[in-house]
Amino acid sequence: MVERTLAGSRIRERRIAQGVRQADLAEDVGISPSYLNLIEHNKRRIGGKLLQALAQRLEVEPALLAEGAEQAVIARLGNVAARLGEEIGMAESTAFAGRFPNWANLMIRAGRRIDELERTVETLTDRLTHDPHLAATLHEVLSTVTAIRSTASILSDTREIEPEWRDRFHRNINEDAARLADGAQALVGFLDGAGDAQSEVSSPQEEVAGFLSAYGWHFPALEEARAHAAETYLNGATQLRSASALAIAGKYLECYADDARQMPLAELRRVVAEIGAEPLALATHFGVDLAAMMRRLATLPELGLGLVICDASGTMLYSKPADGFTIPRFGAMCPLWPLFQALSRPMMPLAQTVAQPGRGGMSETVFEAYAVAQPVLSAGYGQEPLMEATMLIAPAPVERSAAQIRPIGASCRICPRETCAARREPSIVSSRL
Amino acid sequence: MGKTVVLVEDEPNIIEAISFILSRDGWTVHTHSNGDTALAVLETRAPDLIVLDVMLPGRSGLEILSDIRAHTALAQTPVMMLTARGQTKDRERALELGANRYMTKPFSNAEVLVAVRELVDP
Repeated sequence: MVERTLAGSRIRERRIAQGVRQADLAEDVGISPSYLNLIEHNKRRIGGKLLQALAQRLEVEPALLAEGAEQAVIARLGNVAARLGEEIGMAESTAFAGRFPNWANLMIRAGRRIDELERTVETLTDRLTHDPHLAATLHEVLSTVTAIRSTASILSDTREIEPEWRDRFHRNINEDAARLADGAQALVGFLDGAGDAQSEVSSPQEEVAGFLSAYGWHFPALEEARAHAAETYLNGATQLRSASALAIAGKYLECYADDARQMPLAELRRVVAEIGAEPLALATHFGVDLAAMMRRLATLPELGLGLVICDASGTMLYSKPADGFTIPRFGAMCPLWPLFQALSRPMMPLAQTVAQPGRGGMSETVFEAYAVAQPVLSAGYGQEPLMEATMLIAPAPVERSAAQIRPIGASCRICPRETCAARREPSIVSSRL
Repeated sequence: MGKTVVLVEDEPNIIEAISFILSRDGWTVHTHSNGDTALAVLETRAPDLIVLDVMLPGRSGLEILSDIRAHTALAQTPVMMLTARGQTKDRERALELGANRYMTKPFSNAEVLVAVRELVDP
């Protein structure tokens, strides 16, 4: 059987085995040596980001350090086996983890690596299918090639051709050759960047997402209401290459500045520390609408909250990722998100505990999602207002029973919930490799 | 006077090339490049054959094809679709909607000539 030890003892064993000094390890993870000493002697409980940091520094799976590590390791080994289509009993997994802990660690890391690679494949596949920029570029290239082929064929095969027609076709080929060169360059640029599934951009919305992400969605100069702050950010933004992206980002920063005026940063942090990051309670405190409160909370880097805003057609306007919550970059989102329920129940604040599957249907991650749909523009008396829905994504604060958790996905194409009633199209991922 | 074809395509140099080879083959060629107004042009011209690009500004070629098949005067007119999208599902969709031929870019002039002749004089 796996020997039962406490997390602190395990950290100490691992540190000593790696020949790392306690003071060095403490410095690396940003805590004092005395605090690390307390942890190592099991006088302080440990979890969350600190456990992750220690595990990373000690090059070990966090699960192998945590309390209840044996059970977590055994469960993860079972998951890896299931992903490979094998059923291995609990007793066998327990014996394996106990006798060969390093191999068990390696197996879990290999499983995680498979997850990462699968995610990259999904992202690239999704992009090749849905990316409007790629589709337009390919169409342009093929149309230009068709024109050149057809025109060249006329010049080559037509024995008697009037000089004015010949001149015109020569001119057309020249124009098309230039267009083809541009199209080919655009395509090569796209494919060069395609290997990095996370960094490439293809639309104004993605340019804006890259800009906001570069600042962590937090703009200190706007918080301090400095003069011309928004213009300074926009002028220095290398991510914003198109006029559309600049316009969208400008609108976002304008909204950010308004929110910051209504909910000043210092006061916001004080109240969040006092009553927590519960958006409805905070909105009441500040006397603002719920969507504004959600937007504002998403700008606090220390909370790590995700945010999605869509219009009444369901088209995503802004998305800020939350750790572990997958938001599709292309194609449609999961219709089961509270974001879309909110659109059908305007002005009603919704809170729902949701679970998104991990890779291959394993390791569901649970979140608390808050959503509301509100009018953003009133068309006039007796006319339907223009609506937008906002959803804030937070880590689930407390344990929930399965009945309290709504299963959702990211997008049908990458969702392993095969029998989901809301499925629009088959998934490109299977529950097994 | 030869048979009449309406070419609905938004790429000007493809329009010129196809118009040239069809004219040389004895066809009377009319061209149009906007999806929104294509159906009205087809009603007016009442051609023997329609060559229709899938991706057009305004309404798509598939939408226009659907209207053609529901139109009393045009329903029996042969339609050849042109597209840069060669995916099976797009081809199946076009054929379901009533396309008589589906030609994927880049095609050759010879292929176009063979296809249009077959469609009008099978």
